[in-house]
Amino acid sequence: MAGQTSFSRIVFNIFNYGFLALLSLMALFPFLNVLAVSLSNKSAAAAGLVKLWPVEFTFASYRFVFLRDEFFTALGISLERVLLGAALSMLVTVLAAYPLSKEEKAFPGRTLYAWIFVFTILFNGGLIPWYMTIKMTGILDSLWALVLPGAVQVFNCLLLLNFFRGLPKALEEAAFVDGANHWTILWRIFIPLSTPVLATVTLFTVVGHWNSWFDGIILMNSPNHYPLQSYLQTVVVKMNTSTFANIDPVQARLLSEISDRTVKAAQIFMATIPILLVYPFLQKYFMAGIVLGSVKE
Amino acid sequence: MLSQRWLRLMPLHLMLLPALALLLIYSYGPITGILIAFQNFMPSKGIFGSPFIGLDNFKYVWDLPDTRQVLTNTVVIAFFKIILNLAVPILLALLLNEVRIKLFKRSVQTIVYLPYFLSWVLLGGILIDILSPSQGIVNDIIKSFGFKPLFFLGDPNWFRFTIVATDLWKEVGFNTIVFLAAVTNANPSLYEAAVIDGANRWKQTLNITLPSMLPVIILLATLSLGNVLNAGFDQIFNLYSPQVYSTGDILDTFVYRIGLIDTQYGVATAVGLFKSIISCLFISVSYFLAYRLANYRIF
Repeated sequence: MAGQTSFSRIVFNIFNYGFLALLSLMALFPFLNVLAVSLSNKSAAAAGLVKLWPVEFTFASYRFVFLRDEFFTALGISLERVLLGAALSMLVTVLAAYPLSKEEKAFPGRTLYAWIFVFTILFNGGLIPWYMTIKMTGILDSLWALVLPGAVQVFNCLLLLNFFRGLPKALEEAAFVDGANHWTILWRIFIPLSTPVLATVTLFTVVGHWNSWFDGIILMNSPNHYPLQSYLQTVVVKMNTSTFANIDPVQARLLSEISDRTVKAAQIFMATIPILLVYPFLQKYFMAGIVLGSVKE
Repeated sequence: MLSQRWLRLMPLHLMLLPALALLLIYSYGPITGILIAFQNFMPSKGIFGSPFIGLDNFKYVWDLPDTRQVLTNTVVIAFFKIILNLAVPILLALLLNEVRIKLFKRSVQTIVYLPYFLSWVLLGGILIDILSPSQGIVNDIIKSFGFKPLFFLGDPNWFRFTIVATDLWKEVGFNTIVFLAAVTNANPSLYEAAVIDGANRWKQTLNITLPSMLPVIILLATLSLGNVLNAGFDQIFNLYSPQVYSTGDILDTFVYRIGLIDTQYGVATAVGLFKSIISCLFISVSYFLAYRLANYRIF
């Protein structure tokens, strides 16, 4: 595109860059403020002195979180759930996407099966029947309650099946001639050819599990079994547990520097770090994902 | 011959088995569970022992003074979210498209996209802190201009605005990236021809860039129709309080409180069923429109 350098273009560019920079700053501002609060002394935070930079810099709030068990117990449960949940979900979803990607001619019954899947997007039973069903299957208060009910990701399944369908038919036919069966074709041909889209779907599944909080609160009986986001919901949002309950003498020594607010800010930031580490990759794969599968023209 | 074909297809059925079993239990199980909506459900008697009471649960809810307000809140909040989550990303994509410095463009995209990946628990915790009237930084700024602090999360007059604005903060990056991908679909030769014809950037944007985004705009607009009753449970649950029920209580939070707090299972299931039926209609219409207008097929 030809670079016009008319006066109006220069004015537009100044405003455009300025506006976008301001917008980015506004989007980032809440995170920077909370980070600064988490690294500040409690009196500075309470006096409203903390803007984007810590005042009376201290790691005390983080030290306090590290001295307590709650955060890391919940983190452990979250990691278990992410690993088990994402593995199970990917296994079930890929296994379902392959047969569904076949033509009705090649796999009679495929369209009926596909509608059984799609109907669950269109209609659901709602909160109470969902809870009752999980209760009836006897998995309440266990890790299975967090991974089994949502294991089949129908949207991801559709994304994968649409991608599978775009793969050259000739590969499959040649493999059949060589005596391969469907298991080998899925494992040896389809999966290796789909790594970008599989990476996208896996990352989104992982982030989905990491971010889930409501199921933990509803399906786990005691807060000791909560995954991280559910634990944080009770601490940071509902505020029904006191930050400084059952405090021991070592932890008490930090009290001159920390407050409820700075400790909460520290926990919020600590739970954000894993996402900060993976989301630039997510963004890259996500672009690949939308080009490959979801938006078809 | 027939048995050989059967042998060949067997693995396909087997592959579907785990997903089908899970869907049958955890998706179709709850769908059967909507029977509770027509019962005076008692957990001790279970779904097969509780007495059926016809449409009494629906009548009961309809006569509650809060119900219509909740429905209004849901639709109003969802409507503004749908409109703004389309309009603002289109504008942002167009502005980003004019940026020639690659690093700047990528940085803006990455920053704006960050909140999308965080849960409403974390974002809620952050918002509760920064919007607090006593110690939040937003009100510190407002106060420094000589105004009174605003109760963004505690004042019914401000609550809907806060919800829609903060939802935009979280969601804007996603659609911006989708639209930006669509912008780059435009054929470069069109721009060259336009320059020769003397069209300025504004004319080019209006006549080339926007039309090239139109299929994606239509697609996302039609698909978002399915969200008319989704005002955002995760967000509102983490930000609301009894003071703002009058403008901020939505169907999903209403169901949660009736069902899991007040344990009126039958009534809550009835409200949930009402929502499911209306949503199902809207999603079906939206898929149909997306298919007709944007050639979109679900599978």
